[in-house]
This record gives sequence, structure tokens and C-alpha cells, in this order.
Amino acid sequence: MVELEPIIGRYVTLPIEGRDHRIYFEEAGQGTPLVCLHTAGAHASQFRHLMCDPAVTDRFRVLAFDMPWHGKSTPPPGWQDEEYQLTSDFYVAAIMAFIEGLELDNPVVMGCSMGGRVVIRLAIEQGERLGAVIGLEGSDRPAPWYHNSWTGHPDFVNGDFCVGLVSGLCAPQSPDETRWETLWHYCQGGTGVFKGDMHFFRTDSDYTAGSADIDTTACPVYLMTGEYDYSCTPEATIATAGRIPGAEAIIMKEVGHFPMSENPAAFRTYLLPVLDKIAARP
Amino acid sequence: MLETLAHQVNENPALVRRGAAMSASFLIEIGDRDFHVAVDRGRIIGVEEGPFIMRGWSFAIRAPEAVWAKFWEPFPDPGFQDIFAMNRFGHCVVEGDVDVLLANLRYVKDVLAIPRRAPNMGAAHG
Repeated sequence: MVELEPIIGRYVTLPIEGRDHRIYFEEAGQGTPLVCLHTAGAHASQFRHLMCDPAVTDRFRVLAFDMPWHGKSTPPPGWQDEEYQLTSDFYVAAIMAFIEGLELDNPVVMGCSMGGRVVIRLAIEQGERLGAVIGLEGSDRPAPWYHNSWTGHPDFVNGDFCVGLVSGLCAPQSPDETRWETLWHYCQGGTGVFKGDMHFFRTDSDYTAGSADIDTTACPVYLMTGEYDYSCTPEATIATAGRIPGAEAIIMKEVGHFPMSENPAAFRTYLLPVLDKIAARP
Repeated sequence: MLETLAHQVNENPALVRRGAAMSASFLIEIGDRDFHVAVDRGRIIGVEEGPFIMRGWSFAIRAPEAVWAKFWEPFPDPGFQDIFAMNRFGHCVVEGDVDVLLANLRYVKDVLAIPRRAPNMGAAHG
């Protein structure tokens, strides 16, 4: 028999903002729940390397779900007449529905890019219920690097375009195999889904007014950004950490916008010490 | 750096296939040198060096020679690895009909990255 990966995939139906959504998630490991949030236009496979790393799964139960409309999670019934547009409220509702639905106690939430943004709001509003948040390529406010009209371009709904848009966000040092797998996720996105995520990321996620209110003694905040990320720049990450008393900013060398999937080996050297700190908390 | 671009692209079937929907021209400015690149269904049919008198093109990417040199290094420094990174940090200017660039984004980016993979392509070649 061939060797099976430790990752297990399952489906669950969760009510989000009053509508049932069938959600796909993967998990591996045992211990403190570590809920992982994928980037815009992609899906939870971005965390597959983390789920196969015993240094993580020996003490963390790593869970990653595909957001509605993404990966193997289905859009809600009636989607065919709707325009997908992710809002800050829906995003938080989906994450909390997952945490509550699976009865995850005091989970650590780690999100990348738009996931790295939303963890700031989670820390502001839900910090008492969370073990910590880790924002990968995260900041507390939008900083668009291309014109808003682009999202109206007909090619914006096209996977090949999405690949072209984000390809430069990978570090040149990232191995070809993992870089191209990361970009393949962008080929797989449903029509208009990346664009819909951009509504959240570009216009509905300025959390700066609440950043200073985060209690990092209750919910530690770690912000980890690759030096090649020009979407969420190291400067934006450091500025965000400066607005959150007690937050820690970590800038990762030779890493871009997708650390966990473009260069898992480099990423773990930065993540494991953070997980050590979280695991050492009483 | 662009003298052998046509050869490098046209001998790469995967790249020509990726650009099959593109028939347009664009301008690459390297310091005080302008290069007009004409594309027909993914094949480069001409790389012409200026100066030009009212030569038409769809979009232009302009940067100093030192910036392009950094862009074409095998492992560029952060901020120089991609035209969007360079544009964000003010190292280059992207102007003109950006829609043509967007509609052929993967192809154009791959074409522009060719000197990175073939650093000796400065030799004279059609």
C-alpha cells in the first residue's frame, strides 16, 4: 500500500448569516486547534505542507477550510443569480461559524493575505475566545497597488489573469514546484471569486480604528511578512504592529506573499518559534 | 538586452501558445533607449530600437537601465522581481493602454523575464 498523507478532508454544513453553506475542510494533528485561512481567490490546500509537518501536528490540530465559493466549498443555493462579494461581516461570520460548529476551544487563528487582514478584526472583537492570531502577509488596512478599474476588466474573472496578477508576489528564491502549485490554485478559482474577495481586501477591511484596543495579553498577535511581498509590504506590517500594543512583527527573508505554500521549508523556520511561544502560554 | 528577444520567444512553443491571443505592440524604455516590440499571435515579429517619431504602441514600461539590470538578475532584490513591484515602489512607470497588458499578463511577464533566464542574450541576433 502506498503511503497516505495524514491530511483528512471532510464536509460540514454551517449556517452563515442565516444561510446554510456546505464547507469543505481539511485537518491533521492533535492538540491546540490552529485554524488556517487561505488567501483571496485560492483555497485551503495552501496549508497542506503545514499539515504534514510533525513539528506542528504533534501539538496542534491544524484545520483549514475553503471559504464559500472557494475550493470544494460550494456557493449557497441561488448563486447563479448572485454576484459574489466578500464583506468583512460575512468573513468573520464564516470563521466563527466554523470555530463554533466544530466546537474548537480557544483556537489559534492564522490567516494569509486577506486572512492576515481579518485576523486583526478577530483579535479586536473575539480576542477573549482565541488563543492567539497569526497574520501572514497581514496588515490592518487596505493598501491597493493597482487601480480599482482593473477589477472590472473582463480578464479579472479569468484564472490565467489571476496567476499573472499574483505571480510576482512569490519570492524568486521559492522552489519552482511549490511556486507553481501556489499559482495553480489561482487557475482554479471560480469565475468572479477573486474579484469578489477583492471587495473585502480593498474596500471593506480598514481596522485601524480598533487596532489599539487589542488586548495582546489575552490574544497575542504575530504578524509575519515576506520581504518580497509588495501587496502587504514589510513596512505595512511593521506599521500595523506599531498600532497594536504588544504585537510582534516578523519579516521573513527570501519569502513572498504565500509563505506556507510557495516555500514551506523557509516558512517553518519562522513559524515554529512562534508556535513555541504560543504553546508555552499557560 | 532585447536583441535576441524574438528568437528566444519564438523558439519557445509554450510561450508562443500562451500569447496566442496577443497581437499588439508595446514599448520598453531602458534608460535613454526605446525598444518597440511587435507581437503577432504570440510570436515576436519585430524588436525595433528607437528613437521613434510618433511610433504607436499599446502600453509602455519605462525604467532606468540600472533598474532593468536589477530586474534581470537571477534573484532580484525585493521590489525589483516583478513589474508590478517596480511600479508600486516607483522604480518603473507603466502607462498607455493597460488593458492590453492585463489581457496578456502572464505572457508579457514571461517575455519580459526572458533576459533573466538567458543573461548572455545581449549578443546580436535578429
